[in-house]
Amino acid sequence: MSDQELLQEDIQDQDARDLERNLNTPRSLLAIDVGSVNTRALLFDSVEGRYRFLAAGVSPTTAGAPMFDASEGVRYALDTLQSISGRVLTTADEQLIIPSTREGAGADNLASTLSGAPPLKAVAVGLLERVSLESAQNLLGTSYVNIIESLSLNKGRRIEEQINTIVKERPELVVIAGGTDGGATRSVLNLVNALGMALSLIPADKRPDVLYAGNRALADRVSSFLEPVARVHVTPNLRPSLTDEQLGPAETMLADIFRRHHASRILGIGELNTWSGGNLQPTAMSLGRIARFLSILQRKGTLAVDVGASSTVIAAAFNGDLRLRTFAGLGMGEGLKTILGSRKLDQITRWLPIEVDPGYVLDYIQNKTLMPATLPAEREDLAIEQALAREVIRMALDEAQAHFPRNAKRLHHDLLPLFDPILVSGAVVANAPTIAQSLLMILDAIEPTGVQQVILDKNNLAPALGAAAPVNPGLVTQLLLDPISFLNLGYVIAPVVNARDGSPVLRIRVQYDTGHSNTVEVAMGTLQLIPLPAGRRAKLQIDCFQRADVGAGPGRSLKLDRAVVGGPFGIVVDARGRPLHLPGEARARRETLQRWHLALGR
Amino acid sequence: MLAPVTHITALARIRRKRMLPVPGTVLVRAGQTVAATDVVAEAVLAPQHIVIDVVRGLGVPAERAMQFIEREVGEDITRGSIVAKRGMGRELPSKVDGRIVAISNGQILVEVQSKPFQLMAGMPGTVSEVTAEYGVTIEGVGAWVQGLWGNGHISSGTLVVMMEGPDDVFSKDKLDPSQRGTVMLGGYCGDRKALEGAQELQLRGLILSSLATPLIPIARRMAFPVLVLEGFGKLPMNAAAYKLLSTNAGREIAVDAEPFDRFSGERPEAIIGLPAGGQPPVPLDLDTFKIGQRVRVGKAPRLAAIGSLRRLPEGLSRFNSGLRAYGAEVEFENGETSLVPLANIEVIG
Repeated sequence: MSDQELLQEDIQDQDARDLERNLNTPRSLLAIDVGSVNTRALLFDSVEGRYRFLAAGVSPTTAGAPMFDASEGVRYALDTLQSISGRVLTTADEQLIIPSTREGAGADNLASTLSGAPPLKAVAVGLLERVSLESAQNLLGTSYVNIIESLSLNKGRRIEEQINTIVKERPELVVIAGGTDGGATRSVLNLVNALGMALSLIPADKRPDVLYAGNRALADRVSSFLEPVARVHVTPNLRPSLTDEQLGPAETMLADIFRRHHASRILGIGELNTWSGGNLQPTAMSLGRIARFLSILQRKGTLAVDVGASSTVIAAAFNGDLRLRTFAGLGMGEGLKTILGSRKLDQITRWLPIEVDPGYVLDYIQNKTLMPATLPAEREDLAIEQALAREVIRMALDEAQAHFPRNAKRLHHDLLPLFDPILVSGAVVANAPTIAQSLLMILDAIEPTGVQQVILDKNNLAPALGAAAPVNPGLVTQLLLDPISFLNLGYVIAPVVNARDGSPVLRIRVQYDTGHSNTVEVAMGTLQLIPLPAGRRAKLQIDCFQRADVGAGPGRSLKLDRAVVGGPFGIVVDARGRPLHLPGEARARRETLQRWHLALGR
Repeated sequence: MLAPVTHITALARIRRKRMLPVPGTVLVRAGQTVAATDVVAEAVLAPQHIVIDVVRGLGVPAERAMQFIEREVGEDITRGSIVAKRGMGRELPSKVDGRIVAISNGQILVEVQSKPFQLMAGMPGTVSEVTAEYGVTIEGVGAWVQGLWGNGHISSGTLVVMMEGPDDVFSKDKLDPSQRGTVMLGGYCGDRKALEGAQELQLRGLILSSLATPLIPIARRMAFPVLVLEGFGKLPMNAAAYKLLSTNAGREIAVDAEPFDRFSGERPEAIIGLPAGGQPPVPLDLDTFKIGQRVRVGKAPRLAAIGSLRRLPEGLSRFNSGLRAYGAEVEFENGETSLVPLANIEVIG
């Protein structure tokens, strides 16, 4: 099956005839992403028979104060894109030109994504805390929401307290996931009754959307009971049985609620949604679609990480099984408040390769939460931001991995599963002054194991491609991981091994496509580069010592079936150990960090 | 490129919407003059409830419980009054005074009497528009300084200047009883004793250039508004704000130390109401960068410095950190010129 056919199969809501037409005719694409700090406009088109990413225009997001109109930021981003690309995209009266004209103005399709709205205030309702309530929370964890209350039979809070919270906080979304199919009914109805009373006290124009995904036998009764006080949506049970969880259909409904909620409340979002054929997507969900598709394509685990100013997204997919976690409130701008609340300062400062006063770091973080769009102009500030990026990603992964499948292949039960590729986006990583800094942030934060390709999404294209998949799958499959659009940082070999620093743990034989070969010994504790020119291919044979494991089992050699492709560092061998250990003494730690920076050579 | 604006201006027409998040009662009329601390509207934001469970109380099934309830939604009840009765023997009294707000499935939800939240005007001015049940729009003329952090309180009083220069430090030894009930212009505060001293002195407000991060929880607990203009760490007050505030010593100043909310645009600020001589314009809240604009830098190495935008280089510039970004050449008040990332400057308007 071709990549396009795989993607077709993955996009269940696509009209087959449209798809057929799209696959056969090159169609240009304009993608717009409204983030919390920046709005981006991206242009893709076919050049010499191949789709290419052509240019990006960026503007500050204007969804909030003082403009309260997202379309202004979109317009500025389009103006910038027009001046960079030379392509006319709007008419004199500032209307988008879609589809494109014979003269080459405009674009054939528009795909749009949104992450720059305040997270939806949500209530999770389930019968049992560890079962259906957890599923409701898992569903909410896939989107940009802030869970303000959780109701369950065994939560231990008085019903009055829960009602008071709902009335005070006025949720915008409630997810009910009570009861397995054919299971409890009375208990579910009791919870729904309490919820209904609370919602009846909220002003009519502020009442929430309720997504019912519980015992299907009760769907009609719950709907008719809550409809006078909420907009009720029914999807298949999140927890059809005690052991099964199915989030898929509810995720689609959640995206729909997200879209309609913001379209009706933020000026300009409705217009953007209309331009995109009513298919504006949450950015996280679009990224998730790409991660899932890649995992189907590669038949293995893939990981996509996006670090934004206000939120961080972890999209891990395992042969098509997507585990998406969106951490609204954890990011590199306002989202740093979450880091301050849950990490000790020395967990952040341990990543600083230069000496910076801890008080300055604390002040820096506070100031950054107030002015999230500011950039680090000084070396110390950049070091702080990159230290924070590591902890933001680590914190998101710590929480996300609890939702990864237990049977996902790992080299050690305490470590992340094997992922290939790893795709990372977000300005702090993608726009670092050097790609060595980008790669080191990724390696330190994710601590990958085994053999995997690390890809940097410098222009944040992946969510745009995810959103474009239904309208232009041909473009998506051509561009996905296209080395011109996405920067291949190279293959990383990271053994899991317990050995003394300096002792040999790997011998790697590289068979270049030129016919030459090279054998490299790797010592424990090192970060080492093996030459392989960017874009060139080589086959690898990895011999493991001291029970080192790179994916074939402890001490077993691994011969890769496929060729690896060189990146700007050639092949990177990260034998620093898993989990990564940093010296406790400050000076020694800084020297270690500097040595790692130097090892990447730029 | 779009340019964020921070307001530091000696004379401007200021317009503020003051709205309740839930319906309530508006207490002022259009055309009415208000002071910053006048209450313009009130509502119960966080009503407290209790549930009277008729099913359990009377020992009846939920589907039959409704027939035993003797009260209706909207009725006020008092402690001890009977809300449900089964036959002659079993009665269910209320344990609280309150109002029935919902009855469903054999449960009665009672809102107990709660203290309303009072919404203050936040600035001196005239009510220009009333939005029924929600709030008002207030307009006034005055000097206006916006800050970055506030502890959530609103008050007003006579401005007392405790600074001898923009980089002065606010310390306890500068406090004396004659300052009781004033709004004080301090500098950088890095000492908790200074804040505690200000609390003992019952200040009506404290305007700081900057605050040490560990003191944030203490500043939050102060009973008066604490407004931080530049941010956290030892930072001097920007010259424009210092000049404006220090030359207005002795005037009545309103301090609205509302926390900064980038999305809603709510921002902590201080306003000195001035007699309306004509109608100065309402300043722009957003601009585009232009040569000659006065700007404030919001990031090291010149955090809080004021300068004039001299040049907007085309393309990306490289900074000390190695980062490449759009930049602006800014001439500072000491005559030095420096390239600053465009993302790090705000236009003063």
